[in-house]
Amino acid sequence: MSVKINVKNLDFYYGDFKALNDINIEIEEKKVTAFIGPSGCGKSTFIRTMNRMNDLIDGTKHTGEIIYDGQDIYSPKVDVVELRKKVGMVFQKPNPFPKSIYENVVFGPKRHGIKKKSELDKIVETSLKDAALWEEVKDRLDSSAWSLSGGQQQRLCIARALAMKPDVLLMDEPTSALDPVATSKIEELIEELKDKYTIVIVTHSMQQAGRISDNTAFFLMGNLVEYGETSRIFSSPEDKRTEDYITGRFG
Amino acid sequence: MATYEEKSNMTDNKEKKRRRMKEKSISTILLVLASLSIFTTIGIVATLSKETIAFFGEVSIIDFLTGTEWTALFANPKFGVLPLVAGTLMIAIYGSVVAIPIGLGSAIYLSEYASDRTRKVIKPLLEILAGIPSIVYGYFALTFITPILKIFFPTINIFNALSGSIAVGIMIIPMISSLSEDAMKAVPDEIRHAAYALGSTKFEVSTKVVIPAALSSIISSFVLAISRAIGETMIVTLAAGSTPKLTLNPLESVQTMTAFIVQVAKGDVTHGGLIYKTIFAVGMLLFLMTLFMNIIARMIIKKYREEY
Repeated sequence: MSVKINVKNLDFYYGDFKALNDINIEIEEKKVTAFIGPSGCGKSTFIRTMNRMNDLIDGTKHTGEIIYDGQDIYSPKVDVVELRKKVGMVFQKPNPFPKSIYENVVFGPKRHGIKKKSELDKIVETSLKDAALWEEVKDRLDSSAWSLSGGQQQRLCIARALAMKPDVLLMDEPTSALDPVATSKIEELIEELKDKYTIVIVTHSMQQAGRISDNTAFFLMGNLVEYGETSRIFSSPEDKRTEDYITGRFG
Repeated sequence: MATYEEKSNMTDNKEKKRRRMKEKSISTILLVLASLSIFTTIGIVATLSKETIAFFGEVSIIDFLTGTEWTALFANPKFGVLPLVAGTLMIAIYGSVVAIPIGLGSAIYLSEYASDRTRKVIKPLLEILAGIPSIVYGYFALTFITPILKIFFPTINIFNALSGSIAVGIMIIPMISSLSEDAMKAVPDEIRHAAYALGSTKFEVSTKVVIPAALSSIISSFVLAISRAIGETMIVTLAAGSTPKLTLNPLESVQTMTAFIVQVAKGDVTHGGLIYKTIFAVGMLLFLMTLFMNIIARMIIKKYREEY
């Protein structure tokens, strides 16, 4: 196994509120890692530190390190724009741009200097194919992304992230706003994507974590309680709190 | 004797009837209020039209629209409106050249870059600009802007289009910045986050995502501001001069349509005379110009609308 992201002694604060407490975790390459835990446990905060999306919120601070590509991503040497190019993100609520389907997919590549139409066309096709959306939209790439259904919009957002050829894909509860059919489509997609990408997914559905992830981390009140292979976490959790949570005793 | 139930049914019905009547009268009153502005518009157009038609009984409409000389107050008057239109458009164009970059720049700064604290200071300050009476801008143009311009252009006329344009431009900045900022603020944060997560810089988020998403409102703020510049009267009457001239050179003294109307309206002009009718024809043209602008704006808005 090879480690993609190594988090050491990470504390994270919103103002005076400590949202993450001494997190240590190793995210494995080309595996699906699920973060589970009740609302407010810090799992979303944590996933957002990995592409520094929390930078957008005023008054946050952290201590500790997130080592990615041999460097702490919070080090002054790291350009956050370059980091986000390699660590893509899919959000809770589908958030396509109010532009055409085509323009949504090429937004990232265009920002990073790809201008040739033929090249962009190719990126659109492969990204949409990888996101299992191509067949549904190939004849209407010019229509508005907002005309798509919620599930399609979310797959478009995945395609948009894939168009950057990221190294890591962060997914923050990507199916929480979707119906069961759309959810199962996204889950199948994640299965396929893990051959190429390192995926980190936050989910509040334990079933989902069980179905799609290789490793699972259980968070509670800002602490990482237990981390290990998903099958092991679900069959024989070591910590009482993990057991209580996965057997549905709280949360 | 009616049972209790029947009685309560009767009061219920009465109550219902009263409520219906009340709702109906409220809706009628509101309809009348809403119609007032429509009737006012019709009244204005009718007043303008009546005198305009009378004017075109005496002056050919072709000569009016294509003539390049405006000497309405001379002994042998010529009524070619183009010099006045040129004066008006020049003020509007140079005014927009001042106002659009500054207004849009301020809007981007306030909406995307400024911290909450900075915004709370700057926004009201900008809006004060909008509350200054336009006659004060007129003095400002004449006694402050013009002397400064004279340093750079020694030959500039005391009354000149440039000074008026700059003052008009400053006056309409808050219109553009305020309306554009509101439009940009209304763009949901989720969309900004999506762009940041794709490795966009703040400037790219502003120009490639937020502005396109708010474009229709931003354009309508431009059009509103330009219409305001076209109709602006006091500044140009004071600062831009009263010499109708077909020119696009901002250093010269010109006369705008509105300034001409003021010149005539404040003088002793016989009611019903030809000169009296002129100002209605000019006013009508001014009205049609702003109407045309609004129609164009609607078309542009429709074309560029990005739904969110």
